[in-house]
Amino acid sequence: MTIFSPRSLTEALQVLNEHPAARLLAGGTDTMVEINFRHFEPSDIISLRHVQELQVFETLSTGYRLGAAIPYKQFENGSFSHVSGALSEASRTVGSPQIRATGTIGGNLGTCSPAGDTLPVLSALDAQIELSSINGIRMLSIHDFMLGVKRNARVSNEIITAIHIPKINGFQGYAKVGVRNAMVISIASACLIHNMDKSHIALALGAVGPTIIRCRTAEKWLTQNADLSTSTALTTEVIEEFGRLAASEALPITDHRSTAEYRKHAVGVLAQRLLKRAMK
Amino acid sequence: MSTRTTSKQREVLGVSALRPDGLAKTQGTFSFSSDYTADNMLWGATLRSPHPYARIISIDISEAIKIDGVETVLLASDVPGKLTYGLIASDQPVFASEFVRYMGEPIAAVAADHPETCRRALDAIVVHYEVLKPLTSIEDALNPNTPSIHPDGNVFRHQHILHGDANATGDIVVEGEYEIGMQDQAFLGLEAALAYPDSDGSGIELVVATQWLHEDQKQIADCLAMPKEKVRLQLGGVGGAFGAREDISLQVHTCLLALRTGRPVKMQYTREESFFGHVHRHPGVISLKHHVTNEGRIVKIEGTMKLDGGAYASTSSAVLINGVTHIQGPYKCPNAVFDGYAVRTNNPPCGAMRGFGVVQACFAHEGQMDKIAKAVGKSPVEVRLLNAMEKGDTLITGQPVESVAPVARCIRETDALPLPEPLSLSAGTMELPGGSGRTSELHNIKRGIGWGVSIKNLMYSEGFDDSAEARCTLGDGVATLKFATAEVGQGFVVLAQQIARTVLGVDVVVLDRIDTNIGSAGSTSASRQTWMSGGAVDGACRLVRERLFEHVAHMHGLDPLQLIIEDTDIVDTMGPLRISVSEASKGVKITQTFLHQHRKTEELDENGQGNCHVAFAFVAHRAVVDVDVELGLVKVVQIATAQDVGRSLNPLALLGQIEGGIAQGLGLAVMEEIIMQNGIVKNPSFTDYLLPTALDAPDVLFIPIEEPDPQAPLGAKGVGEPPCISVTPAIVAAIRDATGIDLKRTPVRPQDICL
Repeated sequence: MTIFSPRSLTEALQVLNEHPAARLLAGGTDTMVEINFRHFEPSDIISLRHVQELQVFETLSTGYRLGAAIPYKQFENGSFSHVSGALSEASRTVGSPQIRATGTIGGNLGTCSPAGDTLPVLSALDAQIELSSINGIRMLSIHDFMLGVKRNARVSNEIITAIHIPKINGFQGYAKVGVRNAMVISIASACLIHNMDKSHIALALGAVGPTIIRCRTAEKWLTQNADLSTSTALTTEVIEEFGRLAASEALPITDHRSTAEYRKHAVGVLAQRLLKRAMK
Repeated sequence: MSTRTTSKQREVLGVSALRPDGLAKTQGTFSFSSDYTADNMLWGATLRSPHPYARIISIDISEAIKIDGVETVLLASDVPGKLTYGLIASDQPVFASEFVRYMGEPIAAVAADHPETCRRALDAIVVHYEVLKPLTSIEDALNPNTPSIHPDGNVFRHQHILHGDANATGDIVVEGEYEIGMQDQAFLGLEAALAYPDSDGSGIELVVATQWLHEDQKQIADCLAMPKEKVRLQLGGVGGAFGAREDISLQVHTCLLALRTGRPVKMQYTREESFFGHVHRHPGVISLKHHVTNEGRIVKIEGTMKLDGGAYASTSSAVLINGVTHIQGPYKCPNAVFDGYAVRTNNPPCGAMRGFGVVQACFAHEGQMDKIAKAVGKSPVEVRLLNAMEKGDTLITGQPVESVAPVARCIRETDALPLPEPLSLSAGTMELPGGSGRTSELHNIKRGIGWGVSIKNLMYSEGFDDSAEARCTLGDGVATLKFATAEVGQGFVVLAQQIARTVLGVDVVVLDRIDTNIGSAGSTSASRQTWMSGGAVDGACRLVRERLFEHVAHMHGLDPLQLIIEDTDIVDTMGPLRISVSEASKGVKITQTFLHQHRKTEELDENGQGNCHVAFAFVAHRAVVDVDVELGLVKVVQIATAQDVGRSLNPLALLGQIEGGIAQGLGLAVMEEIIMQNGIVKNPSFTDYLLPTALDAPDVLFIPIEEPDPQAPLGAKGVGEPPCISVTPAIVAAIRDATGIDLKRTPVRPQDICL
């Protein structure tokens, strides 16, 4: 086992190219748990802590470029909490303050758990994932990046270098159900983004399928049945139907954390509540 | 309490004296059992069964022993003495050899130069199993046609209770079924021990985090085939216990490895292993039928209590007796027909946990009290006051309650505590159910209020003499105390100092090492150490004081009976002499040992009749909860409580017990449960076994009810268990009140509320 600690992105990409089986280590909040539980036998490890490029935040004309190794804390209430209200709310629900100080948004993507707290936000924002290798950079839609339970489209010589998200004119909100009032793994979550300029509402669900679920049916129905160019209160019927459609798009399982039936019910309730928060 | 003004308040009884280990614990410099190391030390680790029930066909250690750095691998055949251990029945193998009966049961232990080497050695041991269908339900275990999974059978104990008139009836019959999930003690300081073998191998010294040094000593000595005095135990720093350190876990394994290798061996569990390494709270099912008058007075109770004890006996039989003998609650009840069963299954073993059987009973009887209130059109408070037990009333075992029994006062004083303000329109997300998940909106929230009242026995029962010994030495103004009382976080170390300061008028009290070089103090459990070890320290200090008075009286030609301690002085009540204790004890050394015993108790007869308990304490809880009814999420807003404490010896330590117990009871009400499927534990980590966080902890309003109990050596009752007993039913009752749903089970899950 070798631990590499590259000092630049170029060096990191070279090391990774030579050791494509190496584990990329950012905050370590998933990897260390995997090692402790022996779900992962560490071989070579590339620490990304000293790769400054991954910490860079940029404001672009249409949005933001978020360095993949920026910790949750910066989005929760730190320097970058302004970029997305939903991302800020989602970041607050990640683990404890210690975890949020070290865990990174790129790590959330790298692990790609269906319960990843920031992933519904990135899905609802139609984020673009920037993947770098020694061959260059490719941009991939979040929807093409997430493939399944802890599976993503990163190939072995690539590093997730940044996430591009748009500036949105309109409400954005996130809600997550856990049995405890804080520091708890999601048993159902949802993110709703209202883009008034595009007269569109996006809804993404977490922890109710093999990966994050975008509720295309509910979104499309809402576009046809409500004026989304402004924020005005909707009828109860519209809100309930939106929730019902969202719940019907969920594909939850029953496990030791909750039941499929409850998860389906919960995302329907969250969809309705988020829609009400958006349209008032 | 003294009202004299001094520059610095003396830290005597009644004062919030600070614990001697408090600063070190707060600053992180306190050595817990897992912090110790020794020169030339090896690490130990345990191989555990992945199956809840299987026959062991073969165990091959040949590859493991070849690994560089591995010093030894031990199996059942390496145990020199008794092959089994247990607190009451010795039915649990040190290492499984023929069958494994629960997931996580130890099969082998290794000692190696590094924990990672240990892990590799465990991986290299090849065990062939014939996997068997586990017995996992209480009903199956009670079915006589189910094959026994252990030579001792599938029923640990059945206890029948028949009291008064079995045919008595009431005007109204109220029935209920109640179910309790399996709770873990979840202490923070994981199991850890360090064993030092004597150079000639004839004895061993073990430093261990435990609740009862002498019981460990006895069980270890039996397994090692050594005389008891050759097994010397010292208490390691204990990070919480709550009952989970009463049974043997790694003690015997650590000693065996150290004796085999001739080197110090350290074992410590991980959090995951800890879930398999200690017993849990018994899950169970209770059916209750109350006959009551139209007014709501209890005429008779009938029913059954069935507890799942898991694979081995541990303290199941005692937990059951506590459960069935407290099933009436703190209420008058002239007639009863009740049956209790504790059974063996292939689930993890269950044993002691704070409340010890009474938690289960209380969840059921308090659910019944609310049903009775509803049936007769009274409030929860009215129906409880109507039935409240008083001193002199009898239990359904026929035992008169001779303790101070301020049940009605506990209820009234709790009721008088202010309710929280209604939810404000500006309440932040964090204050609502769902907390940081931002799920709730004000208009979805319903508030509910619920009650729970309980009775809890103090000390051990059924004829057991759980005495406690302590020694006090006085010289040059310094008192030194020696006892084997396990300090597990409860604060006996500060209480012992307070007692010595109060009785002897000294300020400096040195605590000797807590070990087996003195008689047993009994277990730090059953809310008993303030009473038992407190009584022993008090007794030893009083004997020393008598000798000191004799010494002073002799020097000054006085009658020692004239002398008293006033503050830090010895004062002649009949003359002018006033001499400081420091001065009077200069150059002398007085040592006295005292054995404190409680009054004798009896075993129960075949009808469950007999004076089986020593004493009782009472408490009332009122819970206020906010519930997001649509999502089934709960926020406990406030717990109000008045507890019968006898006498408050250290108000700060007392409040710590109250608040901690409430948090633990809240856990059982809304989140803490070991989830099992066919004997497989699904959540053995703090990721999925959820404990309350600071955000889940409610405001606590507390009133101590101080009616000193003449039976108690210091007038004080044990306070450790009551806080966590009736708070669980109070919270569940509040959720029922908010939602109108007849919740039968605890912990309450979101889907129980909203689906």
